[in-house]
Amino acid sequence: MIQSVPDDPHSEQKQNESIEIQLLLEAIYLKYGYDFRNYACASIKRRIVRKMDLENIPTLADMQHRLLYDLDFFETLLMDLSINVTEMFRDPSFYKALREKVLPALQGTPFIKIWIAGCATGEEAYSVAVILQETGLYDACRVYATDFNEKALQQAKEGIYTAETIRQSTHNYKLAGGAASFTDYYTARYDNAIIDQSLKKNVVFSDHNLVTDSDFGEMNIIICRNVLIYFNRTLQDRVFQLFHTSLPPGGFLCLGSKESIGLSEYADRFDHIIPREKIYRKK
Amino acid sequence: MTTRPFRHECIVIGVSAGGMEALQKVLTVLDAGFSLPVVIVQHEAATSGGFLAHFLAGKCALPAKQAEDKEKLVPGTIYVAPPDYHLLIENDRTLALSIDAPVNYARPSIDVLFETAADAYGRALAGVILTGASVDGSRGLKKIKDAGGLTIVQDPQTAEASYMPRAALAAVEVDYVLKLEEIGHFLSAL
Repeated sequence: MIQSVPDDPHSEQKQNESIEIQLLLEAIYLKYGYDFRNYACASIKRRIVRKMDLENIPTLADMQHRLLYDLDFFETLLMDLSINVTEMFRDPSFYKALREKVLPALQGTPFIKIWIAGCATGEEAYSVAVILQETGLYDACRVYATDFNEKALQQAKEGIYTAETIRQSTHNYKLAGGAASFTDYYTARYDNAIIDQSLKKNVVFSDHNLVTDSDFGEMNIIICRNVLIYFNRTLQDRVFQLFHTSLPPGGFLCLGSKESIGLSEYADRFDHIIPREKIYRKK
Repeated sequence: MTTRPFRHECIVIGVSAGGMEALQKVLTVLDAGFSLPVVIVQHEAATSGGFLAHFLAGKCALPAKQAEDKEKLVPGTIYVAPPDYHLLIENDRTLALSIDAPVNYARPSIDVLFETAADAYGRALAGVILTGASVDGSRGLKKIKDAGGLTIVQDPQTAEASYMPRAALAAVEVDYVLKLEEIGHFLSAL
């Protein structure tokens, strides 16, 4: 039904809010160098507003002042703005494909380098390490797991997860075709579990920002799952370029199950080799 | 005061327990000429494989699909949130997905869709809460109302699970409380 109505009083408020969010992200970039300006807007706004609710910060202007003048506060916000994966073997069918299709293609490669881009607190890196152990490739591999958030990296290195995470992970591990008992991979302590040293020794956690840093060497497999959904198209293209540079012909790129290289300008430089998973191979 | 032509531009629907049947009843009423996008969050288990979109595609005159990240909303299309992802609407009226923590124990969460849709569409949005056994959606519906949008709740007496409609009615002074069989006809006149 079409009717005539007065101008929407909410639209000016919406415009102002959008300007203030942009200013806030600009302030973070200018002050601390972390660049969220090309993140997908709706998610980052939700995270900022949730933080304001938790801390009883009434306006975006107050929020900006606080994060400029209070480093400790900014660090907690940075943690909230990081992308956090909360379970191991999320999307078990991906790990099954990694085990059955991707890794066999690299058998015989003397030294396999795997880059996990945006590793957050390490769940995905250790999931990959488990698969490498069970396919007998662990000792021929080095896993480079990177994130821009140092606190997250610190947690990743410690490899301590809650009983709830382990419970969920055990379920996923079985669906992913887990060949052993998941309890072999951690030691339970009170309500936590610590990842076994044998999984950690070839996993290197390091600081790298997909938004602002360049590549750091040639990789055989790049795994970057559920990171690109948080980026806008401009930033996605930058990252695809980075990945393209970091892979040799035949190198594998693994994205999250709802992500795709299909609409980017790099689409025709990769073959989509496993239709049901977002696993691509550089031409 | 200037006035201008106005019509609604998008419908969002939140539904939980009993959702498949309720959605079928509402959406099969919309004929192929219906011109608004319809975006749905149903609470579905992570392992369901996204059956709902296929089911609706088979039953409805409108095309139905699982929502994809960065997808532009097309008029007369039904979008369903994929299991285990939040579904959001950006200000440029594209869809976005996230794996942020569950909200109200749910991922996808109705609140997340409704709140971001209210930001994107303001008063040009219509929000509908159907059957369910959760408080999810109440907060989002309130935000739609506050932004000047239209709010509709299924009459709890006609809901397979009345908890969610009741929670929404307690939280928001809604515009319409309708029986399940009335909702499709109401939406088709928007």
